[in-house]
Amino acid sequence: MDWKGRDVISVRDFSKEDIEFVLKVAERLETELNEKGALDYARGKILATLFFEPSTRTRLSFESAMHRLGGSVIGFSSASSTSVKKGESLADTIKTVEQYSDVIVIRHSMEGAARLAAEVADIPVINAGDGSNQHPTQTLLDLYTIKRAFGRIDGLTIGLLGDLKYGRTVHSLAEALAFYDVELYLISPELLRMPKHIIEELQEKGVRIHETTDLEGTIPELDVLYVTRIQRERFPDEQEYLKVKGSYQVNCSVLKNAKETLKVMHPLPRVDEIHPEVDRTEHALYFRQVFSGVPVRMALLGLTLGVLEGV
Amino acid sequence: MAELKVTAIREGTVIDHIPAGKGLKVIEILRLNRPNGGVLLLASNVHSGKLGRKDIVKIEGKFLSEEEVNKIALIAPTATVNIVRDYKVAEKFKVEIPDEITGILRCANPNCVSNHEYTVSKFYVVSREPLKVRCHYCERTMEEEEILRNL
Repeated sequence: MDWKGRDVISVRDFSKEDIEFVLKVAERLETELNEKGALDYARGKILATLFFEPSTRTRLSFESAMHRLGGSVIGFSSASSTSVKKGESLADTIKTVEQYSDVIVIRHSMEGAARLAAEVADIPVINAGDGSNQHPTQTLLDLYTIKRAFGRIDGLTIGLLGDLKYGRTVHSLAEALAFYDVELYLISPELLRMPKHIIEELQEKGVRIHETTDLEGTIPELDVLYVTRIQRERFPDEQEYLKVKGSYQVNCSVLKNAKETLKVMHPLPRVDEIHPEVDRTEHALYFRQVFSGVPVRMALLGLTLGVLEGV
Repeated sequence: MAELKVTAIREGTVIDHIPAGKGLKVIEILRLNRPNGGVLLLASNVHSGKLGRKDIVKIEGKFLSEEEVNKIALIAPTATVNIVRDYKVAEKFKVEIPDEITGILRCANPNCVSNHEYTVSKFYVVSREPLKVRCHYCERTMEEEEILRNL
């Protein structure tokens, strides 16, 4: 499968084969990393991380992935320190940065910014989040985490909990899960239900979907509970946020009726939606999920740079 | 014999069966309101056996491209296009919604990059009936009402 020069912008651009291939390469890299400690596939290559919107976790994960591949990193972590402040267009910033680097990772508050960047750049562009639209590498690491924990994705019953209206991670994850034989429980307050067009799309693809507000009643059904934060910053209206703030909290009492094998995931950061007492249980998978970001992003960087032939 | 309210044209295009009230929008999206040397005629609220009331647009001296014709489909899916040569209809066809719509539609999402940076807007048609399109950039879906507001 030829990934050299390919952009990673949206889950919509992937086929199931693409996803499976990336997960397989990530798994091999993780094994190799465990054996050798450090790799040098990307020696001499430079990653530019353009974080027009701050996201420490995602940026560090990409930087760690590039360093572990033997490459180096340049970039910025907020637009305020760049020429954007002087009025430079996104296209010009991208055309400039591509002169200094071999691959670009972009995070931007505007939806579609990564697509535009990919159109103007001749080097591969990876979307690290564009507004409330897509975060494809998060989706891939979520799938990777599930696959590593269960050995499969097919046949699982997965609950998506929290802000299903504005949360881009759950939108992309649901779209990607549509490639698999899964049953989805969409658990949210009425005000934060999954957008109708996404539900329709999933149903057209044959996903069995249940919408509910009842977390405790649903818990016994689930193999995976994917929790999301209700993100104040995505709400156009503060009043709307206040109505739903703190709607759900996953704690040991909520989990008492869960399957022993239930895994709780969260893209992090969390605020109060998962109680720290859950961290000590076998259910907690969210820190392992953070780790998964490294091999998955190593795979994407290496593949798009074209340095992973033979892996 | 019915009274001829709009002059016949010698050479050009007649867009017929436009839903009543949409004729001006057709003129606008085809940018026919710019001086081009030819005569432009709009008949609005004309009796129609098929539609009840309809608009007709006649453009003298201009033959529309297929792409231009397809743009009309977004606001007037019932329209028919007649190519007139020497006062006679030389070709006649119905409009069709294209698979991709570029340059004529603005994204309804205020946070879409296409509304802030220099881009040519592009949408993919997700469904024709009812009309639904998806923005190439922000991937947001727009339905008929929003499409008409953003043409």
